[in-house]
Amino acid sequence: MKIQRIIPIVKKEFLQILRDKRSFTVLLLFPAILIFVIGYALNFDVKHISLAIYDRDKTSTSRDFINNFSNTEYFDINYIIDDYKYVDDLLNRGSALVVLVIPEDFSDKILAGKETSVQVLVDGSNANTATTAIAYIQVIVQTYSINLITDVLKRVGYNFYLPVDFRPKIWYNPELSSAKFLIPGLIGFILMISAIISTSLSVVREKEKGTMEQMMVSSLTTLEIIIGKTVTYLIIALVASSFVLLVGFLAFDVAIRGSIFWLYFGILIFLLGGLGQGLLISTITNTQQVAFMVSVFSSILPTFLLSGLVFPIRSMPVFLQILSNITPAKFFLVVVRSEILKGTGPSAYWDQLIYMALFSVIMIGLSALRLLKKAK
Amino acid sequence: MQQIYHIVIKEFLHLKRDRKMLAISILAPVIQLILLGYAATMDVKDIPMIIYDMDKSSVSREFVSRFVNSGYFVLSGNVNSPDEIDKSIEKGKAWIALVIPSDFSSKILSGKQTTVQLIADGSDANSANISVGYASQIITKFTRELMIGLETQIRSRFSLPTVNPVLRVWYNPELKSRNFMIPGVLALVLMIITMTLTSLGIVKEKEAGTLEQLMVTPIKPYQLIIGKLLPFILIAAIDVLLVIIVAYWWFDLPIRGSILLLFALSGLFVLTTLGLGLFVSTVSKTQQQAMMTAQFFFFLPFIFFSGFTFPIENMPQVIQYLTYAIPLRYYIVIVRGLFLKGVGIAELWPHAVVLFAFGVIILTLSVLRFRKKLS
Repeated sequence: MKIQRIIPIVKKEFLQILRDKRSFTVLLLFPAILIFVIGYALNFDVKHISLAIYDRDKTSTSRDFINNFSNTEYFDINYIIDDYKYVDDLLNRGSALVVLVIPEDFSDKILAGKETSVQVLVDGSNANTATTAIAYIQVIVQTYSINLITDVLKRVGYNFYLPVDFRPKIWYNPELSSAKFLIPGLIGFILMISAIISTSLSVVREKEKGTMEQMMVSSLTTLEIIIGKTVTYLIIALVASSFVLLVGFLAFDVAIRGSIFWLYFGILIFLLGGLGQGLLISTITNTQQVAFMVSVFSSILPTFLLSGLVFPIRSMPVFLQILSNITPAKFFLVVVRSEILKGTGPSAYWDQLIYMALFSVIMIGLSALRLLKKAK
Repeated sequence: MQQIYHIVIKEFLHLKRDRKMLAISILAPVIQLILLGYAATMDVKDIPMIIYDMDKSSVSREFVSRFVNSGYFVLSGNVNSPDEIDKSIEKGKAWIALVIPSDFSSKILSGKQTTVQLIADGSDANSANISVGYASQIITKFTRELMIGLETQIRSRFSLPTVNPVLRVWYNPELKSRNFMIPGVLALVLMIITMTLTSLGIVKEKEAGTLEQLMVTPIKPYQLIIGKLLPFILIAAIDVLLVIIVAYWWFDLPIRGSILLLFALSGLFVLTTLGLGLFVSTVSKTQQQAMMTAQFFFFLPFIFFSGFTFPIENMPQVIQYLTYAIPLRYYIVIVRGLFLKGVGIAELWPHAVVLFAFGVIILTLSVLRFRKKLS
């Protein structure tokens, strides 16, 4: 193996990629564009829930109650209805997520100092949104009740107070912005896709075209060819991740709180694993179609599902929690989130680095074994 | 007709020879569904929590036990200094920390207000949001119970009004996120399989040069297209059926609407995806290019902007308008409506019409482009 012989292969790969303008742009710039769009558009905050109101009381008291909903950004009162028959339709069509029904005796009971109840109908099909909506409603109604009580007591000269007050303090991401949470994860997701897919496809393509054999009969060794290819995609992926970090910083204020060196060190180890996996796939498949499918199902899916990128691992069934260890993205996420959001050094995540390194060694080792076996 | 038949046979032979591809096309969606069914839950459970109890009284212990017994939180340790809180949260050992001041019980017992502090790790914004929500529910409940003594005392002298919300959750009463995700997965799988198969199937022949060979035969372009697309439609239908079976028998998902309507409307959606697959094949020279194009220009934006995981209502207004251009958006509403809500064509027709329009336009344009490219 000689370095001088690897450089021409890297050059050749770059020429090939450069010639295919679209693939080049996609590989290099698309991750950054995607981060921009996703960071801008996606969040889990539940706001502007479409609310329909059926006010059977129609008094100043009931209007006052309704104002508590319209005054928050959580609810948009989109429909005022005057019959039960519209409820079905609104929920079925999904035009309203919540229907609030205020009973006829609402104000009478409140003025008489009695207990009354309002009916809340919730479309539960999106469990996440519905859970949050229910929590908001409960807080609004309870606060309203407490205010009613406080008012009455004040009139009779009582001082009402809450025994336990609490102050939530959120670290690292005080405004709880989803962009800050998603961007570090997306770096891993996108790197994984481009590393695995581009490596496996580029090797399999040469196999399909027979150019792999041509290179084999030249004086190049398999190892040199593979290193050449890997180095190329490693460079591209590193540049692409720098773009992503830049966009995150410029557009979303996602600054790197920790050290850039350790961040890139983590990215490097993670990428080696991804490239190794791509290589391994290329050794077991013969057509690009199959290589692509295998890549998708062995990288995108586990990375998206099991890494904690979107879905919290702790909520999964135990067997999936165990299974989640097969995806290096899980460990990578801890590293990126620590370095970017928390600014903690490697002492907080050294074990994760070891897992990733282990994965890389296994992947590269396995593909090297398969390649050597084939070369014989 | 005869010629279309021959092409269909030829395509099936290809599929049969490429066993790996066939297996992936049919089995992958099922595996994907099972994985997603278990993994894709946004519910936040077993939140690791640390307690810094400076009071160490029976009142504070009672307060802490409320968290542990709630089922949402798991106690991962007691700490004795603010430093230890820092460390646990930095390492990710705890997501939330509760700090109880040393005068907690004395203030409560003497009828004064006391303040506890909650510290949450915001790096996972969604979980932090939900954890703080659970914690505030528990604290509010504890507070209310402390007040009850006072309240009953007052209530006996004055009448106090209260308002209680009576909740009724429709369609998904246990609020399982799985019930919401699985219909979406069906839509996703259908799109990925049909688009990938179509675009790769055609580009492969381009790369191999066999497409030109086919063109010099008396087969007309439309016959070629129909012949090539038919087997993919069949595979798509099998996939839909398998996914429905797994969803119904494995995950106990309700199917409240009509299955027939589901198949019919899926057919409309497949028009669009086949059209898009064809389109991708006309703009790509190599399979790698085709895949990159499908992946980045179609799959990812479709997944993110169709309302599959991220609610459209939360997106900025401009993006919300853009989502109307995403066919998957309409199909997802249809699938979810049929599975969970049990609605029929009366509610779904606007979505069906848009989907049909998309299908016809995209497919026609792609076919025209394909024919132009060939000649």
